[in-house]
Amino acid sequence: MDFNDTPEEAEFRAEARAFLEQHLEPKNASAIRGREARKQTLEKAKKWQKVKAENRFAQITWPREMGGRGGTPMQQVIWNQEETKFDAPIGPFAIGLGMCVPTVIAFGSDAHKERYVQKALHGEEIWCQLFSEPSAGSDVAGLKTKAVKDGDDWVINGQKVWTTGAQFSDFGIVLTRTDPNVPKHKGLTMFIVDMKAPGVEVRPIHQASGGREFNEVYFTDVRIPDSDRLGEPGMGWKVALVTLMNERLAVGGSPGPDWQEIMDYARDAGTLSNSAFREKLADWYVAAQGYKLTKFRTQTALSRGETPGPENSIGKIITANHLQDICNSAVEMQDHYGLIVDKDKAPADAIFQESLMWAPGLRIAGGTDEILKNIIAERVLGLPQDVRVDKDKAFSEL
Amino acid sequence: MNFDFSDDQKFLREEARKFLSAKCTTAEVRAVLDDETMSHNEAVWQQIVEMGWLGTAIAEEHGGLGLGMLELCVIAEELGRALAPVPFASTVYFFAEALKLAGSDAQKAALLPKVADGSAIGCIAASEGPGAVEAGKLATEYKDGKLSGTKIPVTDGDIATHAVVLARDGAGVSLVLVALDQPGVTRTSIETIEPTRSHAEIVFDGAEGERLGAQGDGETLYNEVMNRAAVLLAFEQTGGASICLEMATDYAKERYAFGRPIGGNQAIKHKLAEMYVKNEVARSNAYYGAWALSTDAAELPEAAAAARIAASEAYWFASKENIQTHGGMGFTWEVDCHLYYRRAKLLAVQAGAPAVWKEKLVRALETRNAA
Ligand SMILES: Cc1cc2nc3c(=O)[nH]c(=O)nc-3n(C[C@H](O)[C@H](O)[C@H](O)COP(=O)(O)OP(=O)(O)OC[C@H]3O[C@@H](n4cnc5c(N)ncnc54)[C@H](O)[C@@H]3O)c2cc1C
Repeated sequence: MDFNDTPEEAEFRAEARAFLEQHLEPKNASAIRGREARKQTLEKAKKWQKVKAENRFAQITWPREMGGRGGTPMQQVIWNQEETKFDAPIGPFAIGLGMCVPTVIAFGSDAHKERYVQKALHGEEIWCQLFSEPSAGSDVAGLKTKAVKDGDDWVINGQKVWTTGAQFSDFGIVLTRTDPNVPKHKGLTMFIVDMKAPGVEVRPIHQASGGREFNEVYFTDVRIPDSDRLGEPGMGWKVALVTLMNERLAVGGSPGPDWQEIMDYARDAGTLSNSAFREKLADWYVAAQGYKLTKFRTQTALSRGETPGPENSIGKIITANHLQDICNSAVEMQDHYGLIVDKDKAPADAIFQESLMWAPGLRIAGGTDEILKNIIAERVLGLPQDVRVDKDKAFSEL
Repeated sequence: MNFDFSDDQKFLREEARKFLSAKCTTAEVRAVLDDETMSHNEAVWQQIVEMGWLGTAIAEEHGGLGLGMLELCVIAEELGRALAPVPFASTVYFFAEALKLAGSDAQKAALLPKVADGSAIGCIAASEGPGAVEAGKLATEYKDGKLSGTKIPVTDGDIATHAVVLARDGAGVSLVLVALDQPGVTRTSIETIEPTRSHAEIVFDGAEGERLGAQGDGETLYNEVMNRAAVLLAFEQTGGASICLEMATDYAKERYAFGRPIGGNQAIKHKLAEMYVKNEVARSNAYYGAWALSTDAAELPEAAAAARIAASEAYWFASKENIQTHGGMGFTWEVDCHLYYRRAKLLAVQAGAPAVWKEKLVRALETRNAA
């Protein structure tokens, strides 16, 4: 047992590192975490994506003919580890390259791949994921947005919600209902939609945290050519599962301040010797370390060319609640002063305050705590499934 | 055994609830939230003034209603439920209580009537930087009748007419009463997690002030004021936590996923049941605090600490899990969940964070066991 790279892995790591050093600044510990990362300008992000793509560091596992490196999943992991040590603006592409474009690659035609993949890879076009609706989030298969065939086109009407990045996206993948007369999972169809098409209206939503990163998206008689369908009509759920599987791989990571940051704060504040704090700190360390080491086990499987097991699904349950707890404790340690969000006054540039407001969103986005626990219980532990009263009824009869 | 409020007090609660649910809805709270220039809701404040609530626990001779602390607790709970965006807590729980506790006859006669009729807004200024307030570490100093130093944050400090300031005074620490409309006082509003209550940094530069209580009694008096405020805040917190539970329960009944109400899932049921348990623990501890407060009981320190710890935990849990129960809707500005999440945090640190009170509680228990 060891944590060493194999000689090939070490060589790749050195190459990645050299490339990153040439193009980016290392992270300045206080400037990067939390909301700050998401505010980095779009232009800067597009530029970095282009440089990465040109040097085949953008999607390491994609085949070379698609602009990837033809590398191993382990190399992708190594790249991610190294890239996060730098001030890399990658936010706007996570959903597109992590979830949408892989779906296009899996189900799209050659023409689609030709048209969309390179532009996305080079940071020229941004994508969003249009699944959730006001009455269909956890139960996304219960969605209502309609697509009706009309000649060679489909006509889309309905509303999506909480669509991250829709306001600056060029394209999206949209899950629609094409047949209400069959059970809900069976009447869905996925399309590529041009976000600039007539009838698409994007309205940013003001978030509880104060930002405006997600949106309502309205479709009014939006025409999509049949050629922009992904998968067969009625097979949309199967297509969506591929997107969602990629989502599980895309989320996780360190979403904000962790035990190190709160320990640094406590040291500066002279409260590190407080025994109640020390006990909590130990727990935070163990949780963070447990998650990190679990990822190492996943990487070991990847490194051997195996498929990682379901242990990966613990990631977001740990990180989101952990973040909320750490930020709450940091704010309380600052006592009355902990209320202050002014960056010039609050300790650590107010990262604890900002992440305290962001953490509730993280516990909901990409599968809520409760849904993720259901998945662990049912798919990992094999416990009996929840009663699904509507599973076999035609959608129109619900 | 009669561990409950009286019929009159319950009637007061009903009246207060009726008034606030008509005149202080979340629309009134949001008016302050969405307008950076608004420190509080003046219309709501004026009506509260007119009803005489500010003088609930102020003696009639000082222009108050001459009711007791139990009545004030009843009102506090309702203000907490309504998220009232007014400087009530600062003025009544902290400022007026400090005056009642430590003021000279002349100070009481000069200021309590003004609190009662709304012409004075009070605040308490103790914090100077990150971390719990420690008397030994204060930089603000009172010398030859003048006060110098910086206090941050001061809840309602930007609109208050008067402050009670914790300051170094010779070898010890004293409470100092200061009028804020004088040349030696500079105030700047500061942004916080909870924009429906305003906050300021106050710089005193040779401001005129007079001692409240004896020289050197500052720390003891401050702690006694905090005990009183802790009980009253616990009622506000319990009120807010109850609304979170009501909101979450209503939503869990009406929101459908997978063909049935989300409240049918044990993940949600147990979450709400746990909220209920925490809320009841908080409420019972708050009642005990109210008893201790209203009878001047020797148990007040531990009763206040227990009330504060339970209420802070209940409100934090209820406010965060209320968002969670609402899913993506709960994370929008337009849905009210985040208002309670913000207020829960303000109330949890305003009179010192729970960790400080846990230490106080255990110390009080030690003293009691030793006796
Ligand atoms: C910051 C953020 C970004 C997002 N970005 C996107 C995006 O880019 N694209 C997109 O399509 N969507 C996006 N979403 C939407 C997100 O996927 C949904 O909000 C989420 O799936 C929950 O759905 P819901 O909001 O409808 O909550 P609901 O499904 O109504 O859930 C409400 C509550 O009930 C619980 N619940 C529901 N079903 C069960 C069950 N069977 N057992 C136990 N508990 C249950 C939930 O856990 C939750 O606590 C985003 C959300 C957020 C907060």
